[in-house]
Amino acid sequence: MKSRTFWNRSGLILVAFFVFVAIFADLIAPHSPWERFEPYTKPSTKHWLGTNDIGNDILSELIHGSRASLIVGVGASAIATLLGLFIGLISGYFKGFADELLMGVTDIFLMIPRIPLLIILAAFLKSSFWIIMLALGLLWWTSTARVVRSRTLQVREMDFVTSSKCLGFKNRHIILSDILPNIFPVALPKFMLTVATAMISEASLSFLGLGDPSMKSWGLMINFAFIKGGLINEMWWWYLPPGICIVLFVFSIVLLGFSFEEEKKVAIK
Amino acid sequence: MTLLEIKNLKVTFESSLGKVKAVEDISFKLMAGETLALVGETGSGKSTIAHSIMNILPPNAAVKGKILFRNQDLLQMSEKELSQIRGKEISLIMQNPALALNPVFSIGHQMTEPLVIHESLKKSKAILQAQDLLKRLHFKGPGVAIKSYPFEMSGGMKQRILIGISVILNPKVIIADEPTKGLDSRLKTMVLEELKLVKEMEHSSMLFISHDLHPAREISDQIAVLYAGEILESGLTVDFFKEPLHPYSKGLLESLPEKGFKPIPGTPPSMIHPPEGCKFHPRCPYKKEICTRKMPDKVTIKGRDVKCVLYN
Repeated sequence: MKSRTFWNRSGLILVAFFVFVAIFADLIAPHSPWERFEPYTKPSTKHWLGTNDIGNDILSELIHGSRASLIVGVGASAIATLLGLFIGLISGYFKGFADELLMGVTDIFLMIPRIPLLIILAAFLKSSFWIIMLALGLLWWTSTARVVRSRTLQVREMDFVTSSKCLGFKNRHIILSDILPNIFPVALPKFMLTVATAMISEASLSFLGLGDPSMKSWGLMINFAFIKGGLINEMWWWYLPPGICIVLFVFSIVLLGFSFEEEKKVAIK
Repeated sequence: MTLLEIKNLKVTFESSLGKVKAVEDISFKLMAGETLALVGETGSGKSTIAHSIMNILPPNAAVKGKILFRNQDLLQMSEKELSQIRGKEISLIMQNPALALNPVFSIGHQMTEPLVIHESLKKSKAILQAQDLLKRLHFKGPGVAIKSYPFEMSGGMKQRILIGISVILNPKVIIADEPTKGLDSRLKTMVLEELKLVKEMEHSSMLFISHDLHPAREISDQIAVLYAGEILESGLTVDFFKEPLHPYSKGLLESLPEKGFKPIPGTPPSMIHPPEGCKFHPRCPYKKEICTRKMPDKVTIKGRDVKCVLYN
């Protein structure tokens, strides 16, 4: 019991910390991430994490990189969750033909190998930050839709929904004000977990060199460390911090998501 | 004036074990300002009748017959037309108050929802109206009740709130589906008083559904006894309790505590394979040979409609 609250709390604190850093990146970072100094320097008091191949301050890059990861993660997850909620609610509430059709589409989307498709998309389209976010969002809604649908099927049979029907409320009203609020405890942790997956996917894409070069992200930093000789020359201060940041951020978001899930279990009881 | 008329209603449910004949050929009339009690054992089709009036039966139900409200057939109406009648003209007080309230919204929100949606009232005005209604229902501390959530209330309070929500739009017909179920005797009396009150406030009619004869006797003008989906006896409540005609009605009254607690032998019949002829014959002390073959026709005797060979 005690350890659970400990993990929940540390998840919350970590997420808050990263969000804070991302928002105030300009104030926190010692330099602009684009400013050039002497390249390939070791960590020193002037550059805490050294500089990269073109002389950018790595700590500043790291701080600004949280922005890209956060925006891609939250943005993609918001798109995915909204889409998943919409599709799940419609198919769970109306059942019948709408359900068959929408769940058929979901099945098709579930079959698509997502990372390979993203690679192809990133390779052919202009590798823009917003396109990556949109593509991630449009590919990751399937499991949310499934979860929302199954919960909707459960909630729609509850007596208060019947009771709303008996009071002559229209379907739209019943969905929005009776079912949706009762779906929230399921949708929220799902949203958090999607943020984590989207961030990892963005990092993988950037690492493969398919990210947006104009927006510094953690994945992109590892990519540069890899191709510009950071890895071979054992410059750990270059490739390790962004890796740790990715792991830590995803971990804290998952912890936060789990804590919502715990609450949900309590609420359903 | 007849407000609600049920004509030859027949409801069957498709199930994996066969067709469940929940309601078989039921007809009755509900006059304006009158209370009709539907009594019967569990599974006799009481709630099914209520749900078919509201048209909220599950999709595996097949409904035949006519349900006329002001001479319009509710069964032929579209969902859109129905939503104009549900709540406003006919409202249902659901059986399970613990489940019929939305757990995530306050009582105030749920009580005012019908007013906001059907009468496009402003929220603040609707709250006042809801408070006023609770006050008229002798609810203690309506201001507090309105701010609380369903989980903060007891079963009896929830039941009374549910009555409040169902009648806030002043419906012409109130269907109360076992409103006294699971309440202690003090709360039962309270809920009954409340139902009488709301009925008289707006001169509505009420369809009172119960397996309990006491509240039915107290509140109703007319009574109909259901058994295995059929009305065996119907008539004025006063007459019914003075002299029940049908053997089943007699058995029901004798099983009351003050009459000696004599149970009716046997169990209610299967609704999938009901007995041939009169459905009550396996449990009937006055059984004749013809009862096993033919369901007797309805006869009117002493102002009451009875289905039994004893009176043919």
